[in-house]
Amino acid sequence: MPRAGLITAENNSDIDLEFTGDEDEVSTFQEELERGRHRGRRRDGDREKKKRGNRRRKGASKETVEGEEESQNRLEKRERRRKRAKRHQEARGRERDEEEQAKIKSGKKAKTRKKVKNEKTRKVEEKEEEEGEAGERNAKGKMKHGGAKREEKKEDGGKHTVKEKAQEVKKKKHKTVVETSSEEEMSEEANEDNEEEEKELRPESLSPEELENLKEAVDERKKLIQSLRGKPWPMKKKLVTLRESQEFVEKYEGALGKGKGRRLYAYKVMMSKKWMKFQRDFENFKTVCIPWEMKIKEIESHFGSSVASYFIFLRWMYGINMILFGLTFGLVMVPEALMGRPYGSISRKTVPRAEEASAMDFAVLWDCGGYAQYSVLFYGYYNSQRAIGWLKFRMPLSYFLVGVGTVAYSYMVVIRTMARNSNESGGGDDNSFNFSWKMFTSWDYLIGNPETADNKFASITTSFKEAILEEQESHKDDNIHLTRFLRVLANFLVLCCLAGSGYLIYFVVRRSQKFALDGLDTHTWWERNEVNMVMSLLGMFCPMLFDVISALENYHPRVALQWQLGRIFALFLGNLYTFIIALMDEINLKREEEMIIKYNISMWEASFYNSSVSGNSTAPPVIIQPADVPRGPCWETMVGQEFVRLIISDTMTTYITLLIGDFLRAVLVRFLNYCWCWDLEAGFPSYSEFDVSGNVLSLIFNQGMIWMGAFYAPCLPALNVLRLHVSMYLQCWAVMCCNVPQERVFKASGSNNFYMAMLLVILFLSTLPAIYTIVTIPPSFDCGPFSGKKRMFDVIAETLESDFPAWFGKVFSSASNPGLVLPFILLMVLAIYYLQSTSKSYKEVNVELKKKLQAQNEENKKKNKRAALKAQTDLEEARNATSQTAQQQQETDGDEKHASRQRLHHGTTGHNPPPPDHERRPLATRAPVPRPYHHDNHGTPGYLPGFSQQSEPRLYRVPSLQRH
Amino acid sequence: MGTTASQIGKDRLAEYQELTFLTKQEILLAHKKFSELLTKDERDLQNIRVPMETILTLQELKSNPFRNRICHVFSTSDIKNGSLTFEDFLDLLSAFSDSATLEIKSHYAFRIFDFDDDGTLDCGDLEKLVNCLTGETDDTRLTSEEMRQLISNILEESDIDKDGTVNLSEFQHVISRSPDFVSSFKIVL
Repeated sequence: MPRAGLITAENNSDIDLEFTGDEDEVSTFQEELERGRHRGRRRDGDREKKKRGNRRRKGASKETVEGEEESQNRLEKRERRRKRAKRHQEARGRERDEEEQAKIKSGKKAKTRKKVKNEKTRKVEEKEEEEGEAGERNAKGKMKHGGAKREEKKEDGGKHTVKEKAQEVKKKKHKTVVETSSEEEMSEEANEDNEEEEKELRPESLSPEELENLKEAVDERKKLIQSLRGKPWPMKKKLVTLRESQEFVEKYEGALGKGKGRRLYAYKVMMSKKWMKFQRDFENFKTVCIPWEMKIKEIESHFGSSVASYFIFLRWMYGINMILFGLTFGLVMVPEALMGRPYGSISRKTVPRAEEASAMDFAVLWDCGGYAQYSVLFYGYYNSQRAIGWLKFRMPLSYFLVGVGTVAYSYMVVIRTMARNSNESGGGDDNSFNFSWKMFTSWDYLIGNPETADNKFASITTSFKEAILEEQESHKDDNIHLTRFLRVLANFLVLCCLAGSGYLIYFVVRRSQKFALDGLDTHTWWERNEVNMVMSLLGMFCPMLFDVISALENYHPRVALQWQLGRIFALFLGNLYTFIIALMDEINLKREEEMIIKYNISMWEASFYNSSVSGNSTAPPVIIQPADVPRGPCWETMVGQEFVRLIISDTMTTYITLLIGDFLRAVLVRFLNYCWCWDLEAGFPSYSEFDVSGNVLSLIFNQGMIWMGAFYAPCLPALNVLRLHVSMYLQCWAVMCCNVPQERVFKASGSNNFYMAMLLVILFLSTLPAIYTIVTIPPSFDCGPFSGKKRMFDVIAETLESDFPAWFGKVFSSASNPGLVLPFILLMVLAIYYLQSTSKSYKEVNVELKKKLQAQNEENKKKNKRAALKAQTDLEEARNATSQTAQQQQETDGDEKHASRQRLHHGTTGHNPPPPDHERRPLATRAPVPRPYHHDNHGTPGYLPGFSQQSEPRLYRVPSLQRH
Repeated sequence: MGTTASQIGKDRLAEYQELTFLTKQEILLAHKKFSELLTKDERDLQNIRVPMETILTLQELKSNPFRNRICHVFSTSDIKNGSLTFEDFLDLLSAFSDSATLEIKSHYAFRIFDFDDDGTLDCGDLEKLVNCLTGETDDTRLTSEEMRQLISNILEESDIDKDGTVNLSEFQHVISRSPDFVSSFKIVL
């Protein structure tokens, strides 16, 4: 307990320190208030307080109440009043009105003194609250909070003897006025309070209305507890508030509800507590589960948020790929491996005789041939058996649904993330705050590296200078024709590059088909891997070329970056699509081949059948090894293989560029620098920077290839998870050990949705060919889960027919007829149109509201000024009125300057007329006021009657000043 | 010094979690980092204050141009020397944490930028702010003409009630529409 008290004390002092400007005022109010409270909480009694409370409540509710602070205030006021009422009741009986009481009972000196004092205190309290509100309106929320909180604290503090004492201690510490009530008295009272409190705790003695109030109070406290973390208070204050609120809630929660309901209520409360704790633990658990947090944090502090954003993006990708991997692995690969027919049982699951010798060679396996080709990794291995194993697992259906599911899931995730991002960025659409944003939000607080900080300083300075220049002279291009010409030229060059790279890929793919027809063994390694290598090399060198070309254009760096990204995007996309087109050619070739083979096989089977029939019929049927059975080319596996090769070579190139371009360069620069003619570190080669946009782009394209090929090679997601995992570590290491911070440190968040949008485009473009092949090309006749069907999606119809009741199939088929589908599509289009138009109108309303807000602000400002003027004149009058009394008073006063000043503040606030509208309060309280009189503060009961009498009429007089 | 968990105490930890935007791990990490700043025998004391100079040796704050301001704003010290207790330190981390609301972030940002603690950002504050942002060296500093231009532009934009200063509500209005304030106003241990 003493500890808690100590905290309160220190806490208050802290708060006071915070509000340098208004410190004095605040603390004095506080003192007053406290005193009032101590006196107010003396007596017991129950009856009248309700009535009083109600009356007061009305009064209180008249005041504008905003936020929970206010409600808190109100609540406390109410309680205080109740107590005061109690006291009056016990002391004097049953008067209705306090003012009346004051008059009637004026004979009873002591009581009246207290009463008057109390009255004054109340006034002051109200003042303080007003002050608080004013503070808030003056954009000094902290002040307000301070006021409210302190009151509350005292409220609770009063209930505990020790705390009260602590507050006493605090009082002394602040060297403030301790008057009228001595400490001994205080502690006595506190004891009384405790007894009183015991009584209050009995729920039976409370009327329903009080219960209602109590419930309200408890709810308010709960709300307070929840919102506490969002409050800009120092921790101590929050701690004290939390503890007290919790205590309050715990104490009174039990009192709520009656009989049976009570137990239920208690149970509910307990459960909600448990649930909260569980939620918190779960949150903790979730954060533990986020991988690489520390790594990313380290990078963040070295390179700022933009480089870190790449790694966060990488981690996000990793998460998505984990789920894709889980789907394909759990629902396709594992069931097939466990329950499907084993290897070697049928021809599609066996390496053909001709390849058997080399099937285990590393070169072949690396090329996804041999045993790798005839395994669960590729489409061709799967059997078309409808149900496999004792689970009767519907393999083909599962295969199809997983293929569709991965795409659907990816769409969902990407779109959801985009929506969330755009929500977060909110209304960052207009650039009406261009300068202010540069000023207030340009520093990246994550930067913890001096070098990065220096770069950031430089970039901020240039951005300031640029902005100023732009503002000064919007456009001053002296040679616009040259710039235009250069830009056209640059675009032309870029287009040439794109076309050239496209043609190169097409050429290479066609050539590789020729090689493949000849047989792979006759060609060198280069010829076999030409396609992938060319694609990777193009992806590596073309961006550099673009970079050189973009120097011609003389764009603003941000615009230049966007152009660069757009061009690389186009390059990758072009390459990918050329690749796909070439692949389509190959598929068609394979299908022609398949037709021939199919014919041959039927001939072969027929001849085989004939020979066995024509021979001895009693001879045992000749068993043909599955390895010897002739088979089709299985274009699906071929597609899958192509994608796997592409991914592998892409990964390899990335890693090798990383090692050579970054690591080797860093090593050379670092060590050759000792014996070189110029400064390598500062001069030409220097260290490399981390290329965020390029890396993000390659990540996105890599993902696109995964989406495209995953249907034909279920192993792709697994491969990608592996790749991402390795790149996470490798790139983290590389970035920390061989890169230098960027010279222009860009902010990440602005481009986040840009990357997401690219990912969405890629997702769409990569699912397009996959869906096209699934829908239009008939599957191979002798491999894969859909063999023997006309189209792959026939598996759905088959399942509907055989696994569902007949009516279901009927409903499905009637639902899928064009008569229903077309209206449905129309409806969707209409819905989209409707939503779009509503969003547009919302935007308009937004703009309108913004205008209104600005207008209102201006008006408020004017009003405030007027109010301030009026208040000033009022104050002048008040000053004149009190100047004489002040002179008298000055003589009685002597030494203590500080205390007297504090006292004065009471005077000033007491002076202030309670203004009719709230707008004027802040100014009124702040207006300069003379300090005409002093007050003896020696805490003896030797209270100055003269003063109290003098101060009271003043309190009533001032409003009257206001009136005329 | 034993485990850090036992040092804070379960109830305390729960309270801290309730009152800050930090998770349990972050609080424990903060405690660990904070303890590292103390000498051996200081660690046993409750509510020990770490002087600002020691706090600023933390990597996270070392290069921050507002480091002194941050310490002053979060310090609850009586003599305003910017020294921090552990609880102040938690307050700091909470305000700068990932999950803190825009409201609380902008509130503290305002107080950090309010160099003279008078509750508004006036020309002097803005000038100091610009100087902080452009670094100490002469080649990055703005000329006085540029400075004047810049500040007048800023006041033009954000000073809605045209009283020559930017107050908290105006500041929050500006900040709340910025796309990257929340993501950059972060310090992670």
